[in-house]
Amino acid sequence: MNGAIHGARRLRAASAGNGVLGVLIVLLIGLTLGMGQLEPLFRALFPDLGNPLYARDSFLNLMLAHIGLVLMSSLISVTIGVAAGLFVTRPVGREFEPMVSSLAAIGQTFPPAAVLAIAVPLAGFGFAPTIIALSLYGLLPVIQNTIAGLGTVPRTTLEAARGNGMNRWQILRRVELPLAMPVIIAGIRISVIVNIGTATIGSTVGAKSLGTPLIAGLVGNNLAYVIQGALLVGLLAIVTDLLFERLERRYSFGG
Amino acid sequence: MASVASHRWVGNRVLMTLLVAAVASVGLLPFASLSPNRLASGQSVMLWQALASWQLAALALIGMALLIAALAKPMDPRASQWLALAATLPLLALDFYGLGDYAHRALVDASPAARVSQGATFWILLLVSALIAIDALQRLRLGLIQRALYGALALAVIGICFSGELLAPLSIMREFANQEENFVDQLIRHLLLVGGALLPALLIGLPLGLLANRRARLRNGLFSVLNVFQTLPSIAVFGLLIAPLSALGRAAPWLGELGVSGIGVAPAIIALVLYSLLPIVRNTYSGLAGVSSGALEAARGMGMTPRQILWQVEIPLALPVILSGLRIVTVQAIGLVVVAALIGAGGFGAFIFQGLGQYAIDLVLLGAIPTIVLAVIADFVLQILVSLSRPSGTR
Repeated sequence: MNGAIHGARRLRAASAGNGVLGVLIVLLIGLTLGMGQLEPLFRALFPDLGNPLYARDSFLNLMLAHIGLVLMSSLISVTIGVAAGLFVTRPVGREFEPMVSSLAAIGQTFPPAAVLAIAVPLAGFGFAPTIIALSLYGLLPVIQNTIAGLGTVPRTTLEAARGNGMNRWQILRRVELPLAMPVIIAGIRISVIVNIGTATIGSTVGAKSLGTPLIAGLVGNNLAYVIQGALLVGLLAIVTDLLFERLERRYSFGG
Repeated sequence: MASVASHRWVGNRVLMTLLVAAVASVGLLPFASLSPNRLASGQSVMLWQALASWQLAALALIGMALLIAALAKPMDPRASQWLALAATLPLLALDFYGLGDYAHRALVDASPAARVSQGATFWILLLVSALIAIDALQRLRLGLIQRALYGALALAVIGICFSGELLAPLSIMREFANQEENFVDQLIRHLLLVGGALLPALLIGLPLGLLANRRARLRNGLFSVLNVFQTLPSIAVFGLLIAPLSALGRAAPWLGELGVSGIGVAPAIIALVLYSLLPIVRNTYSGLAGVSSGALEAARGMGMTPRQILWQVEIPLALPVILSGLRIVTVQAIGLVVVAALIGAGGFGAFIFQGLGQYAIDLVLLGAIPTIVLAVIADFVLQILVSLSRPSGTR
């Protein structure tokens, strides 16, 4: 009885969440494509500015460039991170586990902006240092959560799987990974959200992103540019976070 | 079964891997670079070209010691780990000394504009020494005090290298000499911004955490609102605060006189406080929630009032978790202040973005490296505090 009420409340909360997410997605797409229509509004808000709408590039291009940066670096982080997490939790690599864990913990104390700056002398200006910094930084939460997630699988479950005659590969694919999935996804979520933020600063080292109008506005004292960039990148981050929340929930229900 | 076979020879595969990486780096990547002036790109100098022969001999000796420590045979594991730990200190010293000494020799008959800077192998040797030390400390299972002692020893070695004129001819140290006064100013500014944000964040966050613990219905709403701030990119929050704050500064001139304006310190502090709230509130809440009901009942049974229970039972027991929240927030704030330099708040970020604007890599590093060092030190100090705050017996 109590459980049913609880379930109903949860369902209602989830559908309210759906509504919020839907509105935010529409807002994100609408503003990306139609920021130009808002020019009169920005002109009214900032009458002193000669140019109240960022026009050096379309917001769609900037959005796609930003998403491209994050997607590419996250792909690298997730591939290497999950592989490294798997390696150090197998018998072959177990010896490396304490070292890799503490590296991931210490590395995350490094400020992302400082990591981005240090990538410049190594890779020059532009796309490359941003991708390097984003992938390196994004790697750490993925490794950490992969190790933690695989560590939560109960020993008795593994023994039961072994008792059922599953081989090591089957246990990994059908038991360990599904059980660890919510924690791994939580790690990917942290990594992607941090990278959306760091990609914004990437424009200071010459990578095109939604930070480009934002930084141009800060440097050129044009508040309208700042708001246009900040609004879009903020919406992108929130929508992505909510999508990941959904993904996490689906996997924890399924598991 | 290659791994089983290699196990017979190699006692410590982590150390062996690190050694192989170091040797590969020495063979393939430059140790230093020599450039005609501040902005030109340099010519690579490999380690064996840069070091004097006695230094190369010393390096080979250290390498041999580490190799023996990595092998299974001549020494027992514990002695090997002590040997590896001990070898990291001369390795560290040689890395710095070799670079400084090379810079002195290379610049003797070069033009005054010529510059020597550190290369990839210098950084990799530094990283490898740190990783070998971490591995040895973990295997030896030393406590926090002994780790701190080793850390202090390593810092002393680095400090001695920096104290004299040894590293002065390096490009980054010349940049530092140019900026010395400014550097101290920005360091103080960086710390003040972090402190100025943490104090209000604690004053707001601790009561909110208590509230979340006492009023279950408030909890979810509070956490999802605070989570939104954690999700937003910092630069976007800084940017979005500029317009309302400058409007506020114009509308109420007395606020403007207090320093509330669109750019600078005010938006930086406000944004940092917003970012810091979630970890503080969440950890205060979960720290209080983790206090066992048995302890609470015992306190009630002794006739303590709710106020006494809060101050004498709940808060002391929740302290380690609350302090871990402070640890997260401090490290995070040190990093976010870097970005705040973009809205004119100052701090080490000012060097980074000024350097990026002028294509002056040394200036970038002069901002980035101290920020990282600051974050790592703050993390370690707060880690010690967390472990000291645990009730004795559970440390």
